[in-house]
Amino acid sequence: MKSLAITIESVHKAYGSYVALDDVSLDIQAGEFLTLLGPSGSGKTTLLMALAGFVRPDSGKLFLGDRDITRLPPNKRDIGIVFQNYALFPHMNVLANVAYPLVLRKVPRAEARQRALDTLARVKLDGLAERNVAALSGGQRQRVALARAIVFEPRVMLMDEPLSALDKNLRETMQYEIRRLHDHLRITTIYVTHDQREALIMSDRIAVMNSGRIQQIDTPQRIYDRPSTRFVAEFMGEANIVAPGSARRIDSAEASRETLMIRAESFHLDAKLVGGDGVALEGILRAKAFRGENWLLTLALDGGQEVLVCIPAALAGGCAELAAGQRMTAYAPAAKVHAIPGAMA
Amino acid sequence: MLEAYPQNRLARILLWSFAALVMAFLMLPTLVVVPLSFSASNLLEFPPHAYSLRWYENFFGSATWMAALRTSLVLGTLTALIAVPFALLACISMNRLGGKTSAAIQSVLLTPSITPGILLAIGLFFVLAAQHLIGTLFGVLVGHVVLAVPVACIVLLPALARFDWNQVQAARSLGANWARAIGEIIVPQLRISLLSATLMAFLTSLDESVISIFVASGRNSTMPKLMFLSLRDQIDPTIAAISTLWTVIVVAVVLIVTLRQKS
Repeated sequence: MKSLAITIESVHKAYGSYVALDDVSLDIQAGEFLTLLGPSGSGKTTLLMALAGFVRPDSGKLFLGDRDITRLPPNKRDIGIVFQNYALFPHMNVLANVAYPLVLRKVPRAEARQRALDTLARVKLDGLAERNVAALSGGQRQRVALARAIVFEPRVMLMDEPLSALDKNLRETMQYEIRRLHDHLRITTIYVTHDQREALIMSDRIAVMNSGRIQQIDTPQRIYDRPSTRFVAEFMGEANIVAPGSARRIDSAEASRETLMIRAESFHLDAKLVGGDGVALEGILRAKAFRGENWLLTLALDGGQEVLVCIPAALAGGCAELAAGQRMTAYAPAAKVHAIPGAMA
Repeated sequence: MLEAYPQNRLARILLWSFAALVMAFLMLPTLVVVPLSFSASNLLEFPPHAYSLRWYENFFGSATWMAALRTSLVLGTLTALIAVPFALLACISMNRLGGKTSAAIQSVLLTPSITPGILLAIGLFFVLAAQHLIGTLFGVLVGHVVLAVPVACIVLLPALARFDWNQVQAARSLGANWARAIGEIIVPQLRISLLSATLMAFLTSLDESVISIFVASGRNSTMPKLMFLSLRDQIDPTIAAISTLWTVIVVAVVLIVTLRQKS
């Protein structure tokens, strides 16, 4: 089975004065797992629905491979979609749900049945074929939806927050299984989520969206360590945006001139662990909280800005003795300090 | 509702008596024609002095009445077959469009149900007259469909509002065109509402007299039109026999449909 590249070319979509997609362009390679990550209202679902054919762009073009699908009706696109609420057909049993796309493609009955059963086995639902959809658990429904979306061997898969209705443990299992399924089938996949951990775990690349625009598109590691905008930095985790002048270099004591992004977990309390190449932030301890695997300290810098410092419990020998109001310094190695281009603090 | 149910015994007796009284008030006018229809007398008299089936024989032996019965049943069936699919598609588009567009369509579609029947009938008469359709089955059918569509919409709109539209999108993405998505995903899940809508549309046509009086004539006279005319021209118990049969047919249809829904 050959999967296809997706090309999104300057797609624009507005609802009245509200701009849902603002000149979005994106290239997804064949076989890639790309996540659209963003808060609600960022345009990620609109972009997905435009690819599916349920939202018609005001302008711009969409391609699967080199085929222009911008004006193609949804039923002619051959795209497997997993919906947020699964959208299973309650008047059909599990087997009929999964076989439905094959029936639509006029696959002979016996073959359709066999392929549906094989796909159910692939998502570990053997033995549930005759079950009523209403009798399934949330996780099982998710798997039926997945089986139904892949059974007709689509060239492209779209998933719209498919795990958001599941509880935490099941969600983590399914993240792993969906990724494993993708590694096996290599169907080009666009996955929508607002959960940054999920995006980091599952994706080949992440496109972070906000206000209808793609803010940054890169590998999970680079998105996390080298955010290109303040929005991406803050959306991806406990990020401290340090204003110019608030940090000084450890070796030269020279004050920083740029806006810096330092993640809470990048700090050390011991300068020796950082070495000479890094920055130091000085301030007064406002609050501390023990969180099990780590301590979270809130440090008020001299400029008044507050910085979150996260120290792993294993390295936090002195944390328990620290008292609020006490003056202290946090150090971060240069490799973990990222200057945000063009950002104003 | 339940907290309003009286705990006090006396209050409960009063409530039940009141309910029974209302029931009697609603039912008696319908039931009183039943003994009349079995009367042996030439006049409508209550209670009858002697009983016979002669008025039923009269009815079934009359070519005019039989033609009207056939016309009414054909009209009712055609009305339901046209109005319900039309209403379903209209409701789907209203459901999808939402907002002002949907409200505009809805007010146009529902207008016939709030317009006085006589005005609608006069209007229809002039429109059909211009097309030389007065007296045709088609002319009456148009009028009945216009009346039945809002009735069907009132049943189908709330049912569609509860329907999960993602299922249709899922079906479309899996390769279903519009016709198959509607026929294989929406219709099977809305079958109870569709059955109710069909019944309501059928009964709307079966019961309609004003448009029929204006537009239908001759061979295409409907039962209600003929009943109305026969009451005006001569009062004999045939009309009571017909009313009884009519009531039995309607109650039977409603019962069958309701029982089928239960099972």
